[in-house]
Amino acid sequence: MAAITTLGETPITPPASGQRGVHGRRRRRLNAFRYVVFAVFALFFILPLLAMARFSFEGAKLGTWSLSAWKQITAYQGSSGIPPLSSAVEITLELAVITCGVILVLLVPTMIWVRLRVQWLSRAIEFLCLLPLTIPSIVLVVGLGPIYNKIQHYSLSALMLFWIYVILALPYAYRALSAGLGAIDVTTISEAARSLGASWFTVMVRVIAPNMRQAILNAMLLSFSLVLGEFTIAFLLLYSNLQVELYSISRNTPNAGVIFSTSFAVLLFAFVLLLILSYAGRFRRGRG
Amino acid sequence: MAVASADQTGARPTRAGRRLSAPSWAGPLPFLAYVAIFLIWPIGIVVVDALKNPSGAWAPSNLSEFGNSLVRGYFIGSLKLCVLSSVLGAVLGAILAYAIASGDPDGPVRRIYLAVSGVLAQFGGVTLAFAFQALIGPAGLLFHASWYYNFPWGIGVIYIYFQVPLMVLVFLPAIDGVKVQWREASENLGSSTWQYWRYVGGPLLWPAFLGGLLLLFANALSAFATIQAWENQIAYIVPQQISTSLSSEVGLSNVNVADLLALGMIVMVVIVMTVYALLQRRAARWLR
Amino acid sequence: MTSSSQTTAGTVDRSAVEVRLEGLSRHYGPVVALDHLDLTLLPGELIALLGPSGCGKTTTLRLLAGLEDADTGRITVGGRDITRLPASKRDMGMVFQAYSLFPHMTVRQNVAFGLRLRRVGSAERDRHALEMLELVGLAAQADRYPHQLSGGQQQRVALARALAIEPQVLLLDEPLSALDAKVRAQLRDQIRRIQLEVGITTLFVTHDQEEALAIADRVGVMRDGRLEQLASPTEVYSRPATSFVAEFVGLSNRLEGEVRGGEVVVRGRTLPLVERDVPDGPAVALVRPEAVTMASHTAQESGPLVGTVIAVTFLGATSRVTVDLGDTTVLAQLSTSDAADLPAGSRVALTIRPDPVLVSSSSEPAVSAAGEDE
Repeated sequence: MAAITTLGETPITPPASGQRGVHGRRRRRLNAFRYVVFAVFALFFILPLLAMARFSFEGAKLGTWSLSAWKQITAYQGSSGIPPLSSAVEITLELAVITCGVILVLLVPTMIWVRLRVQWLSRAIEFLCLLPLTIPSIVLVVGLGPIYNKIQHYSLSALMLFWIYVILALPYAYRALSAGLGAIDVTTISEAARSLGASWFTVMVRVIAPNMRQAILNAMLLSFSLVLGEFTIAFLLLYSNLQVELYSISRNTPNAGVIFSTSFAVLLFAFVLLLILSYAGRFRRGRG
Repeated sequence: MAVASADQTGARPTRAGRRLSAPSWAGPLPFLAYVAIFLIWPIGIVVVDALKNPSGAWAPSNLSEFGNSLVRGYFIGSLKLCVLSSVLGAVLGAILAYAIASGDPDGPVRRIYLAVSGVLAQFGGVTLAFAFQALIGPAGLLFHASWYYNFPWGIGVIYIYFQVPLMVLVFLPAIDGVKVQWREASENLGSSTWQYWRYVGGPLLWPAFLGGLLLLFANALSAFATIQAWENQIAYIVPQQISTSLSSEVGLSNVNVADLLALGMIVMVVIVMTVYALLQRRAARWLR
Repeated sequence: MTSSSQTTAGTVDRSAVEVRLEGLSRHYGPVVALDHLDLTLLPGELIALLGPSGCGKTTTLRLLAGLEDADTGRITVGGRDITRLPASKRDMGMVFQAYSLFPHMTVRQNVAFGLRLRRVGSAERDRHALEMLELVGLAAQADRYPHQLSGGQQQRVALARALAIEPQVLLLDEPLSALDAKVRAQLRDQIRRIQLEVGITTLFVTHDQEEALAIADRVGVMRDGRLEQLASPTEVYSRPATSFVAEFVGLSNRLEGEVRGGEVVVRGRTLPLVERDVPDGPAVALVRPEAVTMASHTAQESGPLVGTVIAVTFLGATSRVTVDLGDTTVLAQLSTSDAADLPAGSRVALTIRPDPVLVSSSSEPAVSAAGEDE
């Protein structure tokens, strides 16, 4: 749409306020429709969040307010056999960090390398990275059973989930990184650097990667959010992470306040991450 | 900025800059190996084990189990839920996308949508189930909707929560791609609003709409966490059944049930995504 | 210009209609796009609206087409008031600047679309569509899709589509702006040929003055929502009504001089004025480069029109020579053979042909060097 507005001189959606005539009427009818649609959808999307927030502030008796559910995020002990919530939170955060780290170390260099030196592989890489989107986690878990049996010979820690979490994060990280790579003229700047004597390593590390900071940050945040919200694989492989823990608590005490407060906290956290991302983007642009 | 160590990339830092660099194909190897082990191999296991019986012998006759009424019932259950939530999600998502697209491209609505869609995309799984429980569950904030136990309607409505944003994500660019000149040319040639949509707008958007619907279908097919956390009784859809059969020995005696069901899911998803890709290509050509 | 004879394409002419715009105004918030415009298109005439971005020419066209509503004013076509009529009922054919062909339809289906809306039978539709495509020379491409055609071909299809419904008025919104220069010239002539053949009243909007001068019966130069001048191309060029027109259409030298008794004295030459009743006193004369010629190229003389050549711009048959007269710079348009004797740095004496000139009242140019309105 932006391309068209430069060709003609009149705005594409001229303000029709106060306009009599066919177009004014049409515009007003359209606006009425739009506002109704927005109102209805806003309601549908906000109400569950509000309900969750309300329950997270629920006190011992119905209708009262209390912060106990929030305090319980760290204090909740759980029934016997189920680890406390705080350790599940800890494990999940660690998992998220490890996953981001592996993506950074594995995917970023590979994508840059392929873009620079083995272009014919880029289609294959793209296919492999987008494949996890198509294959449901539930299917993956079935095939992972034997593999994780082997892994559990070496370590029983839930942190071992990171191996598969990296795969799950691939599509989102790939798209973010691919957008970042596409925005810079990789061939030209790498040729320029090479002609000045830089090694391939230098080109990737000192020339390309710094120009992809925004995309890399984007990929990290997407991967992080994904790990925070992952349930299926952890559950079916019988590990305990944040979501599995919340699920267990909800099975024992259906309306335990702590599940609402924790869920809401995670949501807020994701929101903060997104804010950081968009803020970092603006900051970057400001510096040119 | 943390960066790949020399080992990962395979390029050794040199003085000359070119001579001692690793061969081009060496770079992607770590990534490819990783993906082969944790993505390709599990898929392979699923496909192969589906054709074996529990003792490990080759049993291609397992495929006939798809004719089994129990197995068929699971797939039909999944189909019901997927068709419902994808049709609902597609139609509602298309309406919302149209409402967003027909407004000011730089206005507040667009910006809010962009900000919110990121957050909503993260909000799924068990957390979504908790939120709706807080809203319309037995102790619900709004009211107790007992119909939510009716399969597939109850859970289908909840699926809308993540289906609609996905549809908007996919369909909004398509609506943006419909050039205003087409509408104006059509009117100039004598069409009414209805005729425009029937002969021009509709046909142009139809592939994108259908594509979105298919994407939603695949998405609903894979969903596990939300329904797992929602239903009090076990739902008779494929993901739930995979879960059940993974955790117990109950099931058909001669067959690795989980693998079979997973294979069925793979086939369904691959078909759907192939058609989706073809539709997207046509839509992209017209609506670039 | 009515005609009932058969055209070469076999279509029967309809009587051309008069289009009258009276008092049209349109504003977007505080911005006035059109300020009480009055314009009459005679039957069968092609009027080109010319002007810089934002002057209101496209707004005029869109109001006529019905794609926007006017705030005030009246539009009459063939004696019928159509101001309140929606675009779909106005019986006008429009060619847009770009992208207006329906991508999901073949060329033939595109051209036949208007007929389909009018419930013309499919055999008749196809026949007529093919006829129109022959008129624009694209009958062989009838079953291709728009994305398989070049920009110029697409615009020709758009023209065929607009004419297929046999409209009363043809509207063209900068149809050549998005095309390559070579294609532009060819298509421009073709459009004019077809327009004359069909005899349809036409409004053509452009920002390219060469285009406007080449094809129009009359040119309307617009600025800030108003018509500065509406006249034949020769008149707009050689007898511009305002300094804006003089400087927007073609190039002008701004030379200081003095008005005395209905003439202006510029650098020792006396030139007649376009408008007789300009008060005596100092003024700036707008002199066309073609009026500035070489008197001699002996180096030694000095005088008000003697200077040094700074640059020579080769334009093909003619060349534009920039001469520094000491206190000002002057553009002269000479034949290339004459300009060949004038390398940069040589001294030359110029003279000005006594064509009538316009005198500008303001000291600042109305049009900046880039040709854009300030």
